[in-house]
Amino acid sequence: MVAGMVLALNGDEAAAYAVKQCKPDVIAAYPITPQTIIVERLSEFVADGELDAEFISAESEHSALSACIGASAMGARTYTATASQGLALMYEMLFVASSFRLPIVMSVANRALNSPLNIWNDMSDTMGARDCGWIQIYNENAQEVYDFTIQAFRIAEDHGVLLPVMVCHDGFIVSHSTEGVETLSDSEVDSFLPPRDPVYPLDVERPVTIGCVGVPEYYPEIKYQQEVATKKSISKIKEIMNEFNEDFGRNYGIIEEYRMEDAEVAILTIGSASGTAKDAVDEMRTEGKPVGLLKLRLFRPLPVKDLRKALSDVKVVGVVDRHISFGALGGALNMEVRAALYEMKDRPHVMGFPTGLGGRDIRVEHFIKIADELLKIAERDMLEEDYRVVGCRGPGCIGP
Amino acid sequence: MKTWDEVPFAGYILEPGNAESYKTGDWRSRQKPVLSQEKCTFCLLCWIYCPDGAIVRKEDAVEIDYYHCKGCGICSYECPSGAIRMKSELEET
Amino acid sequence: MREMVEVRFHGRGGQGVVTASRLLAEAALLEGKRVQGFPAFGAEREGAPIRAFTRISSNPIRVRSQIYTPDVVVVLDPTVIRAEKVTEGLKDDGWLIANTTKEPEELKAGLATKAKVVTVDATRIALELLGAPRVNTPILGTLVKATQLVKLDSVIKVVKSTFSGRLAEVNIKAVERAYHEAKI
Repeated sequence: MVAGMVLALNGDEAAAYAVKQCKPDVIAAYPITPQTIIVERLSEFVADGELDAEFISAESEHSALSACIGASAMGARTYTATASQGLALMYEMLFVASSFRLPIVMSVANRALNSPLNIWNDMSDTMGARDCGWIQIYNENAQEVYDFTIQAFRIAEDHGVLLPVMVCHDGFIVSHSTEGVETLSDSEVDSFLPPRDPVYPLDVERPVTIGCVGVPEYYPEIKYQQEVATKKSISKIKEIMNEFNEDFGRNYGIIEEYRMEDAEVAILTIGSASGTAKDAVDEMRTEGKPVGLLKLRLFRPLPVKDLRKALSDVKVVGVVDRHISFGALGGALNMEVRAALYEMKDRPHVMGFPTGLGGRDIRVEHFIKIADELLKIAERDMLEEDYRVVGCRGPGCIGP
Repeated sequence: MKTWDEVPFAGYILEPGNAESYKTGDWRSRQKPVLSQEKCTFCLLCWIYCPDGAIVRKEDAVEIDYYHCKGCGICSYECPSGAIRMKSELEET
Repeated sequence: MREMVEVRFHGRGGQGVVTASRLLAEAALLEGKRVQGFPAFGAEREGAPIRAFTRISSNPIRVRSQIYTPDVVVVLDPTVIRAEKVTEGLKDDGWLIANTTKEPEELKAGLATKAKVVTVDATRIALELLGAPRVNTPILGTLVKATQLVKLDSVIKVVKSTFSGRLAEVNIKAVERAYHEAKI
């Protein structure tokens, strides 16, 4: 492949190609559908001598992330990728990576969790890992996967951030779809992403101890320090995105507004469903219905202020989650958006629409049904349900 | 005690070998080893077995480091020449 | 050309259905179009009926659902017509491109569609040239002849860059043969 051109890549290939250009020192991974293509390509790049990296085929995802933690602590630029059950198996090490403040970058090709056994897309995996202290960026298409994989290393390794980053894309829908991806040349990536400058690497000349006991007298101070760092990373992430936009003519933000100018109701999406929702918004607008779309790109840290600002003028928000938080208020995104807006003076009604579970196709028609529901709520100025599942047969759901 | 903005980055310990400053000798609650230099043959078994590195090896003799000794008695148990006797510390307090 | 053209491929696992959807997308990409090429996910089992999709547009493609009202349906395996409703949602002014020994009128008679039907005996072409019933490259030749969605030259370029050496050569021959043998 020649760099700096429009290449035909699927989401996984876009991630692998971006990672290659970011020149990681260590890649430790275990293959799992639908992320497999990423690690296959990377192992090929290493085997063919196109990428000078240590490729560790671990015996499990728990081991893969453990190896990444060790490598990153040594000061190596470190990468891994996983999905679904694999991310679940990494769970305890996710906390270790973020608590150590190690700038590991991980791609996640979002996939449902068993049972019933399901290899298809939803966001049960990363949404379930939302409290692990990782930055989470959700991508709509292969182009975004490519661009944000590169930015993820810059964000993670920035001395004002120093946190691991999950770069998420919808399994199969993005991971296995071939699209045209406008790539950067190797030298453009090099100029945007300088080599990692580790802060306290493990070094026999300057010994440090990482991962010692944090007794109750110190644990809260260390955790609050992490919380402040995570919250503060938002401004740094914006700064880095702006730099990327200026350098390479993109137009990214941590949230993206689509036809929100005079919208009375807004659909809030995350990931690839955003594209389908935009087509639905256009259709609604043709019929004169005041529907807008807000796409959330950065879920961790949650851009609370930006959400409040973007949603201050609408009457109703429909939050489209791609998973269920069982026994609560639909999905995590719905609950968090509601919580973020709660203290606003004229807050909009917020209703959740968990959808696309376990690979159920999300169609333009689904978003039109959602938007119609939101317009009804706007009219009666009252919410009757906290959430309703979309794309499911049976009473109480909007299907099929 | 240090506040969140004063504690080291991510709880790292940046000063190497600072475990030495921790007075584990305070954990000794009942008995302490007492060494008889006359009986000691400098076989160094105590130095090898001490789990806390509290036997200090000198040129031709050993000494007990009471700042770190937890009083477990392993040195006394292992000493083949009966040079280390465990002495009650209860009456000292 | 229509603003966006949606193509649905039907075949069986192992026939290169997904590759066909990708090759078509790549050919259109070469011509500066926006594209998507993707499988109906997770059904990669030898012999099982499977679907794949290609979208081609002059504008950015945002929708990411599967294709329900295709402009073109491509059938790689004649027996899949029994197993799958291949013409479901196919637009009246669309095309059905099928690998079959039947004549177009004969095939159309048994199907509920108003779309134009184009046939080719791609299995014979594939067996003769490739030595295996891998019809994904030849059927693209027929698709191009019928619909002119992309140039024949673009498909050949993509086949050349996807396969190497003799394999590329015979696949290109298969594309060309199926282009010329298309029964419209």
